[in-house]
Amino acid sequence: MVASSLRLRDVGKSFPAPDQPLTRRPVLETISVSLQAGELVSLVGPSGCGKSTLLRLIAGLDFPDSGELLVDGQSIPGPSAERGLVFQDPNLFPWLTVRRNIEAGLAARGVLQQKRSEVKEFMRLVGLEAFAEAYPHHLSGGMAQRVALARALINHPKVLLLDEPLGALDAFTRMRMQDEVLRLWQNRRTTMLLVTHDIDEAIYMSDRIIILTQRPGTIQQIIPIALDRPRDRSSSDFLSLRSEILELLHFAGNRRSEVTA
Amino acid sequence: MLQGQKISRESQVTGGGVPSDEVRADSAERYALNAQQRKHPTAALLTVPAAAALALGIHLLAAKSEPPNESHTYTIVLGSFFAGAIVAAVMQRRWPALQTRMRRFRPLFTVGVLLLCVWEMITSGFRMLPLPYFPSPAGVVQNMINDRGLLFDSTWHSLVLLLSGYLLGVVAGLVTGVCIGWSAPARYWGMPLLKVVGPIPATAWIPLAMVVSPSALISATALIALAVWFPVTMLTASGISNTRASYLDVARTLGANSRYLVFRIAIPAALPSIFVGLFMGLGASFLTLVVAESVGVKSGLGWYVSWAQGWAEYGKVYAALVIMAAFFSTVMTLLFKLRDRVLVWQKGMIRW
Repeated sequence: MVASSLRLRDVGKSFPAPDQPLTRRPVLETISVSLQAGELVSLVGPSGCGKSTLLRLIAGLDFPDSGELLVDGQSIPGPSAERGLVFQDPNLFPWLTVRRNIEAGLAARGVLQQKRSEVKEFMRLVGLEAFAEAYPHHLSGGMAQRVALARALINHPKVLLLDEPLGALDAFTRMRMQDEVLRLWQNRRTTMLLVTHDIDEAIYMSDRIIILTQRPGTIQQIIPIALDRPRDRSSSDFLSLRSEILELLHFAGNRRSEVTA
Repeated sequence: MLQGQKISRESQVTGGGVPSDEVRADSAERYALNAQQRKHPTAALLTVPAAAALALGIHLLAAKSEPPNESHTYTIVLGSFFAGAIVAAVMQRRWPALQTRMRRFRPLFTVGVLLLCVWEMITSGFRMLPLPYFPSPAGVVQNMINDRGLLFDSTWHSLVLLLSGYLLGVVAGLVTGVCIGWSAPARYWGMPLLKVVGPIPATAWIPLAMVVSPSALISATALIALAVWFPVTMLTASGISNTRASYLDVARTLGANSRYLVFRIAIPAALPSIFVGLFMGLGASFLTLVVAESVGVKSGLGWYVSWAQGWAEYGKVYAALVIMAAFFSTVMTLLFKLRDRVLVWQKGMIRW
């Protein structure tokens, strides 16, 4: 498994304002950060600060107005299977069974025939062999999100972008899924960029946490998490990091406090 | 479905889903039927045979005023229905599949047979309606038997014309619908054309079709195709352009090219809407078929109806209408079956 490094230089993005179509409103400004290959970095910040926009830029689904995004030193021409994206809504294709949803990753690239044998492996990886022939609407939220992960991972992406993938799950399922994502990351050593609202999740999982300011989003601070893995959510180091980050987010102007502490 | 039920039960255990609507509706129905069954076990069994016996009695009384050769066939039809109802009532005790079927259809059959009784009473019974416009059911059945050769031939011609026109219209509608739904230039140029030309009923083109087409059959096929084309195009285009953007985004990050996006994402996502268009098109095709056959084409059920009307043979008109009803509803049922098969992934998500 090869991972990619990621380099963002002065990235800015604006969108037309919904009420005044002629003015453009900046969403992201002067974002500069580098991710090493195989690093797991979280992105937290108040809602509307452009976290999801940043992921879409890296995925190649949108293009920046200014600055550049480099993957392994190359700029991003458009979406590619090398940068997988998983949303909060699993977005499984409802007309395909679980098996065929996972196969879709291969079929989209036209390599299903050569790599069909991997499908079983990925189904086992996310523990869904028993549901291979079920349709997505029969699945619970956690199962559906595991299928979405498998579908993205089967292409062996060098960067995996996760846009609040566990946000819609209940607390227990979320904690279990956090461990699963970590296990997948440790096995495959993909570079991961995780958008989350959950500070505990960010501390539990990441090597570094990027804190964005309110819109237009700029990088307020980058906090390295030096705790040993597996991490203990109730250790004193964990808790002091948590209050430190909460403090920072408070300064980021997040009075509505959407952040779950 | 069995598998589906099993899974939804399991996901309930893990805290996820709720039982699907269908499962709930099924058990409600079963409960209602059980209650009914407990109340009148034997009386309920006898409703269909009793209705058939009543129909037979009324028919034999009313037939005294009719020429015997007119009523003979209908006597046999009612007699065999009566016998069939008795056999079914006896057999259902041993055969559970028949029992559930009979339970569901018993009220429908009973009322249907009673309506035949009413028809017979107001026609040949009390002569409340003028002849030849309102023949008795016996007369209609007799006409159906007497003219079976020509009726079969007409049905066959209608079927061929309907299918060729419908399939042509569906193929054309799918192609234009996908183009208009997917590509912005096609939408810009195609949509105004569709909005202006589409709403004109296909039958309004008949004068033009008669002038330009070498044969009535070809112009009828083209008219049916046109009638089908409009709704299929409209609903395909709307289904395609309403494809959830996130499905397309996901597919693109999986490495999909635009062919995959159109054929493997947009079209499957649009299928529920496409089927609405197929159903609307089928209705339009029936209408256009009958009109085209009665004004230009010299064969088919539509032609048969206007031809029989010309001779004031209303028994034949009704015979053809009965066959038309059976024919069109069979075609409709087949399309429903196709949809159930293609959209099996919606089962439990949407109540049909």
